[in-house]
Amino acid sequence: MKNMRKILAALLITLFVSSSAYAKVEIQWWHAFGGRLGELLNEQVEKFNASQNKYTVVHTRKGNYSETLNAGIAAFRAGQHPNILMVFEVGTASLMAAKGAYVPMYQLMKDAGQKFNPKGFVSAVSGYYTTTDGKMLSMPYNSSTPVLWVNKDLMKKAGLDPEMDLSTWKRVGNALDAAKAKGIGMPFCTCWHSWVHLENFSAYHNIPFATKANGFGGLDTELTFNSPVHIKHIQTLGKWAQEGKFTYMGRRNEAGKNFRAGECMLMTESSAGYAGIKKAAKFEFGIRHLPYYGGTKAPQNTIIGGSSLWALSGKSAEENKGTAAFLAFLSGTDIQAKWHQDTGYLGVTTAAAKKTKSSGFYKKNPGTDLAGVQMMRNKVTQNSKGLRLGSFDQIRGIIDEEMEGVYSGKKTAQVALDSAVRRGNVLLRRFERANK
Amino acid sequence: MEKRVVFKGWKLPILLVTPQLIISAVFFFYPSGQAIWNSLFLPDPFGLKTQFVGLDNFKFLLTDPYYLASFKTTITFSILVTVSSMLIGLYLAALADRLIKGSGVYQTLLIWPYAIAPAIAGVLWLFLFNGNIGLVSWYLQGLGYEWNHNLKSDQAMFLVVLASAWGRISYNFLFFFAGLQAIPKSVIEAAAIDGASFWKRFATVVLPLLSPITFFLLVVNIVYAFFDTFGVIHTITSGGPEQSTTILVYKVFSDGFVSQDLGSSAAQSVILLILVGILTVVQFKYIERKVHY
Repeated sequence: MKNMRKILAALLITLFVSSSAYAKVEIQWWHAFGGRLGELLNEQVEKFNASQNKYTVVHTRKGNYSETLNAGIAAFRAGQHPNILMVFEVGTASLMAAKGAYVPMYQLMKDAGQKFNPKGFVSAVSGYYTTTDGKMLSMPYNSSTPVLWVNKDLMKKAGLDPEMDLSTWKRVGNALDAAKAKGIGMPFCTCWHSWVHLENFSAYHNIPFATKANGFGGLDTELTFNSPVHIKHIQTLGKWAQEGKFTYMGRRNEAGKNFRAGECMLMTESSAGYAGIKKAAKFEFGIRHLPYYGGTKAPQNTIIGGSSLWALSGKSAEENKGTAAFLAFLSGTDIQAKWHQDTGYLGVTTAAAKKTKSSGFYKKNPGTDLAGVQMMRNKVTQNSKGLRLGSFDQIRGIIDEEMEGVYSGKKTAQVALDSAVRRGNVLLRRFERANK
Repeated sequence: MEKRVVFKGWKLPILLVTPQLIISAVFFFYPSGQAIWNSLFLPDPFGLKTQFVGLDNFKFLLTDPYYLASFKTTITFSILVTVSSMLIGLYLAALADRLIKGSGVYQTLLIWPYAIAPAIAGVLWLFLFNGNIGLVSWYLQGLGYEWNHNLKSDQAMFLVVLASAWGRISYNFLFFFAGLQAIPKSVIEAAAIDGASFWKRFATVVLPLLSPITFFLLVVNIVYAFFDTFGVIHTITSGGPEQSTTILVYKVFSDGFVSQDLGSSAAQSVILLILVGILTVVQFKYIERKVHY
């Protein structure tokens, strides 16, 4: 019996010693990428793990963007959260308001003694994740902006010049008329309609989406996307839907399928649709800037969609050091340039954008630089910095519903947008109250 | 004279009841208590801070026209699912009951859909009616009928009712079939000798004899439509368009787990709790009286 105890003790000691000698610090990362994007993400992680021997990053896919955020929040409540959480841009305000749930990026980098230059990021991107007094809270990961995708074969079929000017919605309207007359089944379709036709529309036309600099200035912000210019655009979309020129396929990126299958002639979709379209399209396609209305302040600049990485709180200093090292690694120029070229997401650091340009990538793949140009074409204004609104996932749901009412002809744009603003403001007040 | 078994002393009966009490306490009283407690607070999603708001969560809900509309949606949806699945189940059972040969094959095939989980059933029907790749929507397009359940609320409602009722038809069929088989042939034959037609026999003899089963199925189907159709709605419409297919249970989920508004979600659970209580009392007090055993 005594012997037994000795052996057990010896075993335990060996186990303890060996584990502390060999085990690396494990960094957990929860994200929302599957498919091709998941493979590319995995590649980045493997590269980091091979580049040093102190930390191991373990990544886990938790579903789509919303599901990942919810999994992270639920895990945080239970104290089982990962070191790094991917949060899509819509959830940014919710995290920002949850002070104590995360370690701000500038703090994390400072504590870890990691060299990190927030100025190296494109300001239109980093601005989204930075406080009004210039402190960066999370690390931009994937960012895209909406552009107009053109099926050139269908344009020819409609008797149109595939290189014609499509810079304004009026010109787009003329093209759709011609397409309809020639019997094209789906002249126009869109993905992410709230993001493209209200959120980006506001920034692009330099009109406020909400008061207090779109929410950057405080929680007491109110929605303002029912201005005459907004109403004019949504009414136009509703009219096109009634006339069979615009087909609504769903709230997310459902319409992408129709475009890739060659059914839809013009589509507004994220620049990150590039990877899928390039792979699947059996027709000649083109990329154009997002159209605008003449006689307005457009074109200003468009804003981003995508996600950033948050370092959650409650982790040891050693783990935080690993998190800092990994995030700094991800913002490296080579990693960023490759990510940009593989996916169609923006190059979020200026160095990566420069590197891509000098490699001749944009010349070989015409149109891939448009998204970047469109984001950075002007000095960012209060209306075009981005959005920082609480409960915004919910508010987007409300906008989706109301706009569906316009497309189906049940409501006018005025009624729908007024109602969306009113209902959204109720949620903003509730969010303000919960985060006082 | 009523027969009663009387225990001597208290120890044994309490011991025997304890497991059930523990289960009720852990799985019913504790969560219900939590829901009632949480419904009085407004927490932030991360659980970092919370504040007492009294009945404000209920006020917030009851002044929200979409929440009130969700009651109507729930009632419409439940009635459509219950009535359609019970009628079709009864019809099929009556047909299978008249078969002399091969009824086993029909039984097996008709029970099949019951084995499919609601979420899977939802995906199956979604594939058939999908605007991009759906077979049915493609044929409908060919007939000149425009199918787009992402936009048209009546089409969306039709689709979720179809997918929900589909699996229930099997279940209802099974019970009606068993009920029909249990009716003594002599009763029906006696009615036939008296000159009653098939429909007369069905309406005046068979249906009343089926009433206990019909009542049972009514309760079970309504409960199903209220609480178990979540998977179907989540996979097909996510409650849209314009919340036209958002039933009460789905709203609890979407407000609590998608929008992270746990205060409102808890308040909705409490309202549901009260509603189910009322529904059960009504069913057993008023409908059961009319049932002949």
